[in-house]
Amino acid sequence: MVENDRWGTLLAHIILILGVAIVIFPVYVALIASTHEGGTFFRGVMPLLPGGHGWENYSTVIFDGRASAGAPPIGLMLWNSFVMAMMIAVGKIAISLLSAFAIVYFRFPFRIFFFWIIFVTLMLPVEVRIVPTFQVVANLGMLNTYAGLSIPLIASATATFLFRQFFMTIPEEMLEAARVDGAGPMKFFKDILLPLSVTNIAAMFVIMFIYGWNQYLWPLLITTDDSYYTIVMGIQRMVTGGDSEPLWHLVMATVVMAALPPILVILFMQRLFVKGLTETEK
Amino acid sequence: MARIVIDDLHKIYAGGVKAVTGVSLDIADGEMIVLVGPSGCGKSTLLRMVAGLETITGGTLTIGDRVVNDLEPADRDIAMVFQNYALYPHMTVRGNLAYGLKNRGVAKDDIDRRVTEAATMLEIVDFLDRKPRALSGGQRQRVAMGRALVREPAAFLFDEPLSNLDAKLRVQMRVEIRQLQRRLKTTSLYVTHDQLEALTMADRLVVLNGGVIEQVGTPMEVYARPATVFVAGFIGSPAMNMIEAATLHEHGAMPAKMPDGTDLIGVRPDDLCLTAPDGPHMALQGTVVLLEPAGAESHIYVTLDGGNQPVTLRVPGLPTVNEGAGITLYAPMDALHPFNSASGQRTD
Repeated sequence: MVENDRWGTLLAHIILILGVAIVIFPVYVALIASTHEGGTFFRGVMPLLPGGHGWENYSTVIFDGRASAGAPPIGLMLWNSFVMAMMIAVGKIAISLLSAFAIVYFRFPFRIFFFWIIFVTLMLPVEVRIVPTFQVVANLGMLNTYAGLSIPLIASATATFLFRQFFMTIPEEMLEAARVDGAGPMKFFKDILLPLSVTNIAAMFVIMFIYGWNQYLWPLLITTDDSYYTIVMGIQRMVTGGDSEPLWHLVMATVVMAALPPILVILFMQRLFVKGLTETEK
Repeated sequence: MARIVIDDLHKIYAGGVKAVTGVSLDIADGEMIVLVGPSGCGKSTLLRMVAGLETITGGTLTIGDRVVNDLEPADRDIAMVFQNYALYPHMTVRGNLAYGLKNRGVAKDDIDRRVTEAATMLEIVDFLDRKPRALSGGQRQRVAMGRALVREPAAFLFDEPLSNLDAKLRVQMRVEIRQLQRRLKTTSLYVTHDQLEALTMADRLVVLNGGVIEQVGTPMEVYARPATVFVAGFIGSPAMNMIEAATLHEHGAMPAKMPDGTDLIGVRPDDLCLTAPDGPHMALQGTVVLLEPAGAESHIYVTLDGGNQPVTLRVPGLPTVNEGAGITLYAPMDALHPFNSASGQRTD
């Protein structure tokens, strides 16, 4: 701000701090809850200070699981989630890069038509087309497979659209210079387009990884074999599974563990991510 | 090194717009040809057809002894310098220079040798490991030149390469490009809309207008004997004065002997003078509208009496004339260019 208005600044800060507090609070509660013992929550009172059982809870979740309630140790679920999120993120980026490349740089019949078809799929999220998609995946025998978990979610209009917009900002002379320099279409794609798109790809990767990681409904539908459970649906099973009251301390420990990988991805890719969303390098 | 023969080349865009109509040109080996004309005259389209970036609608294009109509740009053995340089931003200068060679499978040490050679010639050795982003406009221009140079192609194609530079740098690069071209003796096709660039750089210049060639010739030929009214107005600055024959009659200045069909007389601003020259000449009366000092020379804008015919003079130094005052102009008879206004052609 240009003006040095003390009260204005103070007010702005109060609002911002309040906003942050509202966002942080549930995370804080989860973190706190994961450090208490099981009985604490039955009283219906939520402690706001850390308890002394953190180590115990996390080691239970990580190493023992909760066999009685049908929840395996979370290592495998984390791995499944990671595989699925990676496949979705990488797959989405690969497919949308190629389709954006085709749409921007090739003159084929019905090019605009295909672009709009891709665009229209934006209006059909997974939930809307979930029954036919399930049918197809089941018929292909992809239930309880990594392929079944990830492939139906790979096509992405959003990413295609983003890359298309980015490609269109690259001056046409770049392509022409490459043609004069003897680069064919795929060479141009590999040598010029891909390196120029790195920051965009990183931004897309972060978004798509988290999108894949947070998938809930789809894995819940198509996996019945617990060796393919993902962490997000695992949490759900921990809450509803078993006859007793949910063991909130373990659930919360799992929640915290489940939140870690996306946080790590963001931390490591933050620099590229922000760059990709804000600046275009030409 | 190669001769380029352009034979009856046509370009019609989808939608029927005719960009180039029946252009024929024989470019000798090692010659520097400058295509000049106003925006939209088809000069860039013609160049891009030679480059292979634009398909050829009709006619044949021969580079060396191959007809290259249907060849990809890379197979035509040409190198192009683009207006906005089109350097690859993610590659170092060295990478930019080497990319075309690498794609052609040139051996590694051969690439290194040629890159170093070109960089030395263009004095960009110090920047070889920088990214284009870290270079100034002039340096980027050199890198773009270097990228063409390392290829050692049959022909250079320049698409308004200097128009993104500031005036001073433009003059400097103009001289350098010309020197380089003389030294390498590589056939070159250079597109510009700047008539001064065209005059100074060309072995022969080609004036284009509306997709057809108006005139081809050495710069001095074109300047001294413009073939059409368009060329007369386009080449030379300030533009040639076009005075209608009727106005000359009113002034009693119409030369007795003019070729048939002459109804427009052109006089260069340099040829008009304030004192009567020796030899046969004509005199015109007018009023000074504006005096424009430009350092070593001055431009005087005059309206001729009995009409609103504007005339421009270029005189050395700063003459003593007053704006609004009457003035008498003289033009030597042998400096007149007779034209026919209907056909636009020169009549003598």
